[in-house]
Amino acid sequence: MTTIETTAPSPAAPAPALRSIGTARRVKNWLATVLVTLAFCVAVVPLAWLLTTVLTRGYRAILRANWWQKSLKGVLPEQFAGGVYHAIYGTLVQGLVCAVIAVPIGVLTAIYLVEYGERGRLARVTTFMVDILSGVPSIVAALFVFAVWISTFGFSQSALAVSLALVLLMLPVIVRSSEEMLRLVPDELREASYALGVPKWKTIVRIVLPTALSGMVTGVMLALARVMGETAPVLVLVGYSRSINYDILDGNMASIPLLIYTELTNPEEAGVQRVWGAALTLIIVIMFFNLLATIISRLSAVQSR
Amino acid sequence: MTSVSSLIIVVSIGLIGLFLLIKAVPSLRADTVNFLTSPQFSTTDARHLAFGIRDLLVVTVLSSMMALLLAMPVALGIALFLTFYAPRQLSRPFAYIIDLLAAVPSIVYGLWGIAVLGPALLPVAEWLNTRLGWFPLFADGNVSIAGGGTIFTAGVVLAIMILPIITAVTREVFVQTPRTHIEGALALGATKWEMLRTTVLPFGRSGYIAASMLGLGRALGETVAVLIILRAASTPAKGSLFDGGYTFASKIASAAAEFSEPLPTGAYIAAGLVLFVLTLVVNALARAVAHGKVRAR
Repeated sequence: MTTIETTAPSPAAPAPALRSIGTARRVKNWLATVLVTLAFCVAVVPLAWLLTTVLTRGYRAILRANWWQKSLKGVLPEQFAGGVYHAIYGTLVQGLVCAVIAVPIGVLTAIYLVEYGERGRLARVTTFMVDILSGVPSIVAALFVFAVWISTFGFSQSALAVSLALVLLMLPVIVRSSEEMLRLVPDELREASYALGVPKWKTIVRIVLPTALSGMVTGVMLALARVMGETAPVLVLVGYSRSINYDILDGNMASIPLLIYTELTNPEEAGVQRVWGAALTLIIVIMFFNLLATIISRLSAVQSR
Repeated sequence: MTSVSSLIIVVSIGLIGLFLLIKAVPSLRADTVNFLTSPQFSTTDARHLAFGIRDLLVVTVLSSMMALLLAMPVALGIALFLTFYAPRQLSRPFAYIIDLLAAVPSIVYGLWGIAVLGPALLPVAEWLNTRLGWFPLFADGNVSIAGGGTIFTAGVVLAIMILPIITAVTREVFVQTPRTHIEGALALGATKWEMLRTTVLPFGRSGYIAASMLGLGRALGETVAVLIILRAASTPAKGSLFDGGYTFASKIASAAAEFSEPLPTGAYIAAGLVLFVLTLVVNALARAVAHGKVRAR
């Protein structure tokens, strides 16, 4: 450093032990602060912009009385009528069926990794595979289910096929979040239980799982919110239907993303409104599950941070 | 029982690759043009398949790379901001805001991208095209710039979409910086920025790179947003940011309704297999770079 001290009262005095920070260093520091803060603002702008767009363009559609109670059965493309009840049903059901399959597998895997696997080979391979699975694009998961379920086993396109593809996308999220929660359970609890002569499986079921439960439920909610917005699997694995279909094993079933994608080809003003209304609805549904997750995590017994 | 669950996951990854391969091979055999170098992708005539992935590869790589270049510096800034600059009480709500970006479904990003962001970016796109048009990246593409359905728009949207994952993973690594290093730097009289440069950034570099590669993996596989934004083009991509066309993922999704005959479907499955391998390599690299410091989410 070759900064010349100009503030020193007399040139003969020895240099002070604590120098003030040179201008160049101060400017650099200030510049870094500004840039870093700016980066954050840059990220907030699109979020706010996107949300206001969807809100202003979509609110009219969802305020109509029929929006939440009726399907689009018999509604003409240019008619301002009907609702997305059928699509909400599809989204929820496909998400729930997926959760019913994915949650047990995911939670059991997490238990294996934390309680049984230690650092064994299977545990390491599983962890690696979970990481890989989380990187698999949704369209590839959809293609895989198509190749197995539909073209090899010969089943028809159905909501169940969609759920199966969603399972592949949901599993890594659940394993990872459950694993994190189980690791947060203090070892003292386990040891206390063992000391009382409780077998391992009972310790896990009665002590470890209840302690980690709310955290794991939070993870499941977040995973649900994530898979419900997936569009690629529904495009490949199920057809769109304008009316409600309760059967997950057979026939076309709408879901909100699929409805948006289908209505995109409708050039009428009513179609445009429906698209933005459905987009807003999808965000509301996803936010609902996100919010639920936050609320449950507040009740959590073990704190994540 | 728990180890069986683990096995299910391990086996399913292998099955994905295997089944895609099995379904793709017959179509690859029936392919009349070179799969790797042909720009055309025509599967309308099942007896005369002609599909190659060159064009898909160009569009996929261009859009993902652009997204990565835009997102990397911003994500680094956000991660630093959240871990070292934001007021302590606000750091969690701020992080939540960034995570909200990840909660927005990709189809909504697509809608917003083509309807709002594309037109808004038009002046920038036109400026780049007229001023820097001599540079191949900014030359005229195979779709009209005014439509907004270009790789340029898609790249910006993808950048926004991969911001949260890069930020979250980077933040996780930055937080692990040893307290003693930070305090040591500060005790030696370093300014905050100097402290970050000498302790946090060297410590977190590998994690940051890994995070970026995870983001790249997401961008490569993103389907619906890209499908909605990019306009179909009649000629192959020229390697410009103002090209249209299809990425691997959006090509597959666009043809999803016509998956009835095995041979044409196999062509798309072959494309899906390439995408699978591509993301697999990127993700594996990310993990190799990070030496176990980061985990996927």
